[in-house]
Amino acid sequence: MEDKIILEMRNITKEFPGVKALDNVSFRVKEGEIHCLVGENGAGKSTLMKVLSGVWPYGSYDGEIFFAGELQQFNGIRDSERAGIGIIYQELALVPEMTVYENIFLGNEIARGIQVDWNETIKRATAMLKKVKLNVNAAAKVKELGVGKQQLVEIAKALSKDVRLLILDEPTAALNEGDVDNLFTLLRDLKAQGVTCIMISHKLKEVMEMADTVTVLRDGKTICTLDAHNGEVSEQIIIKHMVGREIENIYPRRAHQRSDEVVLEVNNWTAYDPAVERTILKDNRFRVRKGEIVGFSGLMGSGRTELALSIFGNPAGYHVQGDLVINGREQRFNHPQEAIDAGLAYVSEDRKRNGLILIQDVKQNVTLANLRELAHRGVVDANAEIKVANEYKSSLNIKTPTIEQKVSNLSGGNQQKVSLAKWLFVKPNVLILDEPTRGIDVGAKFEIYTLMNKLVEQGMSIVMISSELPEILGMSDRVYVVSAGEITGELPVEEATQEKIMHLATMN
Amino acid sequence: MTFVKDLQRVLRQNIRDYGMFIALFVIWIVFARLTDGLFISSRNISNLLNQSGYIAVLGIGMTLIIVIRHIDLSVGFLAGFLGAVAAIAMAFWNWPVYVVIPVVLLIGALLGLVPGFLVARLGIPAFVATLAGFLIYRGAILVVTEQTGTIIIANRAFNAIGNGFIPDFPVAFLPGLHKLTLLVGIVGVVFYVISELNGRRTKQAYEFDVLPMNIFILKLLFAALLIGGMTWVLAGYNGLSWTVVVMLVVVGIYNFMTTKTVLGRHIYAVGGNPEAAQLSGVNVKRITFFVFSQMGMLAALSGMLFASRLQSATTTAGTLFELDAIAAAFVGGVSAAGGVGRVTGALIGALVMASLTSGMNLMGIGISYQYIVRGAVLAAAVIFDVATRNR
Repeated sequence: MEDKIILEMRNITKEFPGVKALDNVSFRVKEGEIHCLVGENGAGKSTLMKVLSGVWPYGSYDGEIFFAGELQQFNGIRDSERAGIGIIYQELALVPEMTVYENIFLGNEIARGIQVDWNETIKRATAMLKKVKLNVNAAAKVKELGVGKQQLVEIAKALSKDVRLLILDEPTAALNEGDVDNLFTLLRDLKAQGVTCIMISHKLKEVMEMADTVTVLRDGKTICTLDAHNGEVSEQIIIKHMVGREIENIYPRRAHQRSDEVVLEVNNWTAYDPAVERTILKDNRFRVRKGEIVGFSGLMGSGRTELALSIFGNPAGYHVQGDLVINGREQRFNHPQEAIDAGLAYVSEDRKRNGLILIQDVKQNVTLANLRELAHRGVVDANAEIKVANEYKSSLNIKTPTIEQKVSNLSGGNQQKVSLAKWLFVKPNVLILDEPTRGIDVGAKFEIYTLMNKLVEQGMSIVMISSELPEILGMSDRVYVVSAGEITGELPVEEATQEKIMHLATMN
Repeated sequence: MTFVKDLQRVLRQNIRDYGMFIALFVIWIVFARLTDGLFISSRNISNLLNQSGYIAVLGIGMTLIIVIRHIDLSVGFLAGFLGAVAAIAMAFWNWPVYVVIPVVLLIGALLGLVPGFLVARLGIPAFVATLAGFLIYRGAILVVTEQTGTIIIANRAFNAIGNGFIPDFPVAFLPGLHKLTLLVGIVGVVFYVISELNGRRTKQAYEFDVLPMNIFILKLLFAALLIGGMTWVLAGYNGLSWTVVVMLVVVGIYNFMTTKTVLGRHIYAVGGNPEAAQLSGVNVKRITFFVFSQMGMLAALSGMLFASRLQSATTTAGTLFELDAIAAAFVGGVSAAGGVGRVTGALIGALVMASLTSGMNLMGIGISYQYIVRGAVLAAAVIFDVATRNR
């Protein structure tokens, strides 16, 4: 392999308000190699690629980018495309209702004057499809293709712009095995043709299979760059570099009074999502006992949220099979209300989208899920409502001038507390917390952890879904690891380590 | 000068709530000046209120539809159609009026379930589903009036709803003034002041921010003047009309429902964030059914008010009602983004639009310019809404 450097990013620093997403990152890619970029969620991989592709324009970051031997100052994605960099995001950017050829040349139309030359477009699109070995009619609509084929269309689209460097952000996240094999064969072909490729991936097996070079990012810093061909790379080594941080001591450790009473039991739980035409959960089983915190670890998109929602009244309308037993009684919920009535509560991962009604005030949000308790013959007792909201304001230390403040005006941590208050007010037996501390500051995190400990002491059971390994290890009594819709392992917290969890999470 | 500063602050903070009242007030003053007081004569105000009744009723229902992020284009011709049904029931089947009214309201509520089903269960966009209804009811009116043309309604009790006034005490005291109307006005003012004072006391007990005392008194005075002035003006003509009574009852019930009940809170939660509402146990589909159903019922009421006012059911009844209702709702401050909007706003919105028509008619402005002015006011109201949204 020749050692010509096609891309060098030097000392890149990118700050968002309050967070240093990239801290002096350096990154070198050799021409014609497949370079894998790995790291935990939030390590800065996507941010780095956004800086490279011009999504974050020149001037919004510190540092220098050299591509093809020249200093580059991209002001937008068009600039980087012109220089020969193509990026394919995890969520595909195709228009489903348009044909394959329209999509390939979308934004890059072949025109004579103001008129699109469709014949030439179709001819070239067909050639591109041949190049990516995709055997579909260029006139087919994208929505008629499976996800794997759509991804190849994306690559054809990128190649139509004469890219020299192709960036793939978790290309295999939504693919089945056959599609993955196809994709990898194509990537090797492209490599043989001299196209350089950066692949972001969470699946270490794939990294081991594909990578010439591996760069590990952690907490916005480059940890190391490893050469895959001289035997210094193994899954264990990568994992060690990915997680190698000390657990900060922000987890108020306590002895939980764990009883043997099982409050929630799920068996043979399988779900098919008609919207994406895929089985998203496969044959899962787990138990939750009274008074324990059960951690659900796994990577983003591994199906943890879907698992929780399919149990909590299945609002997305998955086709669910399996048994759900709550307090010894077989249950099947058709609406979240029924799950709430049975003693479940679900604090959603995305509080702004699914958790809160931002245009309403603190009081209205706190009482929404349990207005019936405050109502007499359908009329809400306004005074009782104020009392309840004020109680939660002080017990959860929600920092707001009054409970009549709009929730959109609160900070992330306080919004999360409002969301928690709403679900505590339904007085659940099992509280499902989906990423309970995402995007909130350390102080608020600590308060939420303390509250969780208090709640389990009172006999509540908590299911905590989290992508943060330290949080899982610091708070859980028991850990389930989910990978690609399947629970791949169960570990008592005493035996769990970041390495073991990472291994289970990257299994499928 | 803390008073002026307080006033400015309060107005700025509550501009969305007070804006429509202020706009209506300004419009009335301008027209009063331009028409040498003719506009605020008892007779004109009384007519104006009666004319805005059937739109105000539709606008109230439409407000809830828009709050849950939908639209209903079918209600105009649905109103026309149900007005014709009521006329036929009375004129040809000789049903008594006290049967006709509840039955037609019930039919309206049931027909409202149809777009509710299409939208909530089948996921069809409300615009399309109700556009289909628009065409269907347009045809239905023609079908039922095909043989007869305009159906004359002879029932005096029914016609009184659109044309009659509440009775008066048969005493010689205060000649030329409608005593019962004055009494209603006085009771209204007293009731308003007492409830405001109670609300203020409760808020103070919870140590919430309340308006500064002088501003609070100013607000009470303003509202009392508005209610008192209106009743005084109306009392100088024939007093309160039944249409106004119907309007006030509908606004009263709806205001209670939207602000005080679980149902109302669920409606606004669905409008504010349907996903969050669903996950919080609100049955979004059921709420959608309900909101479309109440819209159908109010369309029935609107249709009967209109038929009663004309004392007949015509082949063109209901034309453009839905757009007037949508305009009234938007002028009244409902937000197209959902979750925001008051039913009292729709009433004010309907009055604003009716006032523009009435005032310009008195000034002899042609219908062409009237449309332009009303369009401009609608646009201004929505611009105002967007501009003040994030205060």
